[in-house]
Amino acid sequence: MASSTTESSRILHEIETLKSAKSDLERRISALESQLHGLNHPHNNGVCIASSTSPSAFPHGLSPDMIYRYSRHLLLPSFGVQGQLRLSKSSILVVGAGGLGSPALLYLAASGVGRLGIVDHDVVELNNMHRQIIHTEAYIGRSKVESAAATCRLINSTVEIVEHKEALRTSNALEIFSKYDIIVDATDNAPSRYMISDCCVVLGKPLVSGAALGLEGQLTVYNYNGGPCYRCLFPTPPPTTACQRCADSGVLGVVPGIIGCLQALEAIKVSSAVGEPLSGRMLLFDALAARIRIVKIRGRSLQCEVCGENSKFKAAQFQEFDYEKFTQSPLSTSPLRLKLLEPNSRISTKEYGDRLRNGESHVLVDVRPEHHFKIVALPNSLNIPLASLDGRLEEVVSALKEEEHKQSSESSGADVQLYVVCRRGNDSQRAVKYLQEKGFPSAKDIIGGLEGWAHEVDPTFPSY
Amino acid sequence: MQLTLEFGGGLELLCDSVKIHNVSIDPENGVGKLIMKDLLSWVRTNLIKERPEMFMKGDTVRPGVLVLVNDCDWELSGQLDTTLEEKDVVVFISTLHGG
Ligand SMILES: [Zn+2]
Repeated sequence: MASSTTESSRILHEIETLKSAKSDLERRISALESQLHGLNHPHNNGVCIASSTSPSAFPHGLSPDMIYRYSRHLLLPSFGVQGQLRLSKSSILVVGAGGLGSPALLYLAASGVGRLGIVDHDVVELNNMHRQIIHTEAYIGRSKVESAAATCRLINSTVEIVEHKEALRTSNALEIFSKYDIIVDATDNAPSRYMISDCCVVLGKPLVSGAALGLEGQLTVYNYNGGPCYRCLFPTPPPTTACQRCADSGVLGVVPGIIGCLQALEAIKVSSAVGEPLSGRMLLFDALAARIRIVKIRGRSLQCEVCGENSKFKAAQFQEFDYEKFTQSPLSTSPLRLKLLEPNSRISTKEYGDRLRNGESHVLVDVRPEHHFKIVALPNSLNIPLASLDGRLEEVVSALKEEEHKQSSESSGADVQLYVVCRRGNDSQRAVKYLQEKGFPSAKDIIGGLEGWAHEVDPTFPSY
Repeated sequence: MQLTLEFGGGLELLCDSVKIHNVSIDPENGVGKLIMKDLLSWVRTNLIKERPEMFMKGDTVRPGVLVLVNDCDWELSGQLDTTLEEKDVVVFISTLHGG
């Protein structure tokens, strides 16, 4: 224990040293960048010939720099000067700088949108970086908005990037959205999706909506050209059990990447008035089968409570609306913390650690799905997934008997304890509740699960 | 009547993780007509293996499920009263929220 403490303080020290060296480097880089910026801008030194022609010399309004940078866009007969000009005068807001928002922002910045806003309140985390490709390791622990904005500026310093480092709420959504022409929904939860759609209806903004989970993605444009809003399609929110999160169900990184790219495409089409935006239609992407299906969906519903004919849903109603209550799920993506059991049916991770060290005789049942158990597990734990627990109670009985045998040969008196663990301490409570009903009255869950164990007892235990 | 039924957006988990089902259904009423209402109850009885409440609520699909008949929202064809034809493709897809 003592040696691991020394080791961790050594590592901490090294991290600190490296971080300070890194911030020195970053300062130096930004000083050089501003120096370079000065060199490339003629009004500072008057040497740059390419930019010496005044932008107003061209009747269409694109500057020489823009003509060069966006030349491949301008060469497209169906996009051309007109499309680029409209794009450069438009403003797009991307809500969420995650798996969908990352590629959407990269392409929107590169393509030369006039103003690009980013809303998010989260920080960059290593276990999201497989899909949140706008962020780099240097930004782990820092604001996603800051990180995404920095990358966008590196790609295209001529785009105005606006940082909204806050959670989107009914109290700030109207004000933020009103500054933009087009909204891109790149969030990851049901209440945000209803809130964003309603706000777009109230303000009359087109909404490019994307979603991805596992190996599937969905995409459509709402509230555009007589098309439906999110509520026309989904007037009643789904049950919370149907709202899976990437952090629980997993997601292949490239899947939201593809949907996010398509969101950028649709936003570009809407803002440049080019092509046929995906309104009144929905794109369904199945990565495993390598299939994209585009289906026709209903138009605007006259009965829609928000965008319908007799809707009384205006700014005031929006600000009063409780989206968390409506969808029965939280706006923030923080995981659920259930409290199903009495305190005497639970033990803390620290206490379990103590009992383990004291050699207490017990059986530990891990109720996570098998593919979770394969990632990492506590030694000597018995994997019986919650879904199959009712058919496998015999295994619990025989494990307890086996422990009893071992114990009687060592002749101490106490009963064999039964503990249940899962990833975060929700399913373990459900399992204990079930076990107590089925004749295991002393079953206890380990509070906070393996995540708690890694946090509070063993920092070397992997989190996922 | 030969139909292709597809499940997506996680609904396939309710039917042994099989996404595409080629099925043959005989309309019960003898007139040879099969409507979506009949199909839903057939699916619930014959394909849904667990948590039926994740597929249906009352006599229709639960909120958050889109039903597409030949790539077209069933709202446009009469919802539960949509008449099915030989070789139709019916897709049930749960809306996703992740990102
Ligand atoms: Zn509507």
